[in-house]
Amino acid sequence: MDRKQLQYQVACMRKSLFDQGYLDEQFNQLEDLQDEANPNFVEEVVTLFYSDSSRFIHNIEQAMINKPNIDYGKLDDYMHQFKGSSSSFGAKKVKKECSQFRECCSAGNIEGCIKTFRQLKARACHFEEEAGNILSAGKTSWNR
Amino acid sequence: MSTASSGGVSDQFPAGLRVLVVDDDPTCLVILEKMLRICLYEVTKCNRAEIALSLLRENRNGYDIVISDVHMPDMDGFKLLELIGLEMDLPVIMMSADDGKNVVMKGVTHGACDYLIKPIRIEALKNIWQHVVRKRKNEWKDLEQSGSVEEGGDRQQKQSEDADYSSSANEGSWKNSKRRKDEEEEVDERDDTSTLKKPRVVWSVELHQQFVAAVNQLGIDKKHAMDIRRTILGEVRLSGVSQHQSGMGNSFISTQEATYGSLSSLNGLDLQTLAAASQIPAQSLATLQAAGLGRSTAKPRMPMPIVDQRNLFSFENPKLRFGEGQQQHLNNGKQINLLHGIPTTMEPKQLANMHHSAQSLGSMNMQLNAHGDQSGSLLMQMSQQQSRGQILNEATSSQVPRLPSSIGQPIVNNALASGVLARNGLAESGRGTGFNPVSQSSSTMNFPLNTTAELTATSFALGSAPGVPSLTSKGVFPEEINSEIKGPGGFIMPSYDIFSDLQHHRSHDWELQNAGMTFNGSQQTNSLQSNVDVASSVLAHQGFSSSQSNGQGRNISAVGKPMFSAGDATEHVNAQSHGQPLNNFFAENLVRVKTERVPDASLQTTLFNEQFGQEDLMSALLKQQQQQQAGIGPAENEFDFDGYSLDNIPV
Repeated sequence: MDRKQLQYQVACMRKSLFDQGYLDEQFNQLEDLQDEANPNFVEEVVTLFYSDSSRFIHNIEQAMINKPNIDYGKLDDYMHQFKGSSSSFGAKKVKKECSQFRECCSAGNIEGCIKTFRQLKARACHFEEEAGNILSAGKTSWNR
Repeated sequence: MSTASSGGVSDQFPAGLRVLVVDDDPTCLVILEKMLRICLYEVTKCNRAEIALSLLRENRNGYDIVISDVHMPDMDGFKLLELIGLEMDLPVIMMSADDGKNVVMKGVTHGACDYLIKPIRIEALKNIWQHVVRKRKNEWKDLEQSGSVEEGGDRQQKQSEDADYSSSANEGSWKNSKRRKDEEEEVDERDDTSTLKKPRVVWSVELHQQFVAAVNQLGIDKKHAMDIRRTILGEVRLSGVSQHQSGMGNSFISTQEATYGSLSSLNGLDLQTLAAASQIPAQSLATLQAAGLGRSTAKPRMPMPIVDQRNLFSFENPKLRFGEGQQQHLNNGKQINLLHGIPTTMEPKQLANMHHSAQSLGSMNMQLNAHGDQSGSLLMQMSQQQSRGQILNEATSSQVPRLPSSIGQPIVNNALASGVLARNGLAESGRGTGFNPVSQSSSTMNFPLNTTAELTATSFALGSAPGVPSLTSKGVFPEEINSEIKGPGGFIMPSYDIFSDLQHHRSHDWELQNAGMTFNGSQQTNSLQSNVDVASSVLAHQGFSSSQSNGQGRNISAVGKPMFSAGDATEHVNAQSHGQPLNNFFAENLVRVKTERVPDASLQTTLFNEQFGQEDLMSALLKQQQQQQAGIGPAENEFDFDGYSLDNIPV
């Protein structure tokens, strides 16, 4: 693949992420932040968010395994952080599910928590996959 | 001082603003850092509150502003906020993905100057320098006041002369600030030597223990204890600043000491705040803002906005465990809050903290908010006194040691004392008037008046306030205050004292409003303000000739027409009920004024009453002042008068 093709591919993937509602305008702002001083800024942030969300998902899973005595406060804390990071990133769907999850938490609705978490996890994984694809596609810097 | 102010602010401001970002979330941290760098700020980031704290402690003057996440594993963001407020008094912006009202409120009540909801947008960060300026400006204001009366007067004059100073009060330009800066330089050089430094108060272990004991005894909950302490600490810090004000750093706003210089030039950046802080009385600002918010400028009654404000913030009251009296004070504070602009709800508290004047110490009870305004204006007064008479100064400072142990009862006394002090300050301003063109001290005077109004609220003990419909809530005030007032001196008629304050308030408001509307013509403004001047000077001089009082009446009448309709009746009554001791003055006032506007005259008359009350209270202090003024008094009188008549004509 020559560079031009690659860029085109990346642009398509990016567009589909927006179209599916994974990303919102906050992500646009991140893209705007990329400049000569940080030519790989978006890539860095995507990578960071990737590892962040993996960590959160792991933590939350651990917290939910402890089934009879679920520490909702802790779960809520995790989710709050996850929400903060996904909203800063512009991961719209993930953020929304974080909010849902927190609502379930505060209601003590473990079923709701589990359900939302499954969605969220799938969502995050899918997103990471796509973003990862984009990044690894050619190690190009993220271009619109 | 002059060198610092000339080199204090770079043209690139706010580029280089030193920001400390604390967030445990690496993604957010990276994004924030990048955004801040794009804003050309100097960014330090860390992912732990403890680290942030140690960074701050290591280099107290190394940062201008802190941005902190709320939820952090090692330390709650609110805790960090509290510690920073306590130890370095830096502006702190809280941020969180949590936009619940309670959390935001918590941030605000803990002293955050702003609360940003994640995701944070770069647009929000581009503006954060304003918090730095605001904070510095507040500090600077105190310094300025401790500089000299004349200095303040000069600046005011500048303000009123600027024809483009519009009602929105926020159209300040760099040019403006530069001009002002130049002036300050001159003035500073002139008055430098005459400045008396405020004695430094150190928050010693003993003081702290006494304080804690007192707090425990009172059963104030912890948060407020912290606030009070912060206020006191602020005082300590401030006094430190004023002592070192000549040592200037070279980076803009870099150190507290450097504040003076930089602020003077920064000032122009944020005219609106400036106005709020030093020139335009809070009330007027409220009006202005109200106008800005879409309320009609012509809104006839200021009292209404006030009420509104209270309502607005009343939900906070439940949290405060103070007695009703204190709640009232809080209310005041809130009011102020509003005045300073809704977005920065924090302002009042900060004000209180920043202003840490002897006053705030004195009236610790109201603690934070009570002073929002008071501290602002009172403080100013205080510092003026410094420049002029040590007596007052000492009086103030002597309160300080005593406070911790006696927080409970003396509260009111202290408050009163501060009131008196404020008036003394007025007297001085009055002097300034005498020497300077009237227009100069005009805005200065405005401020004092406002102060008075604030005081009123504070010491509003009497349910008897019949004519003050809008302020009904104040009627709730406990009676203790009354008795306390009486305690200190032969204060016979506390009620009407307060009343007159109220009246002031109104007239004041009105004027402000007027100013806001007609601000185009500097002359008009001047005349309006000069009215205020006279009033204050009269206050100061107490027994001045009736002619003076007449002058007041006239002025006011010229100024206030429709506004007073509601309050008029009340005022009138007041005057009469209380005027007995002052018959002669009173009578004259009434008669003369009648031609123009009776109610207005009565307003002024009340002023007199007030003076008496004060005198009883603090006869010693006042006497001193009187003596001082005796020589100057006559000249002043004349002067004021002239200024008036002249100014009145255009109106």
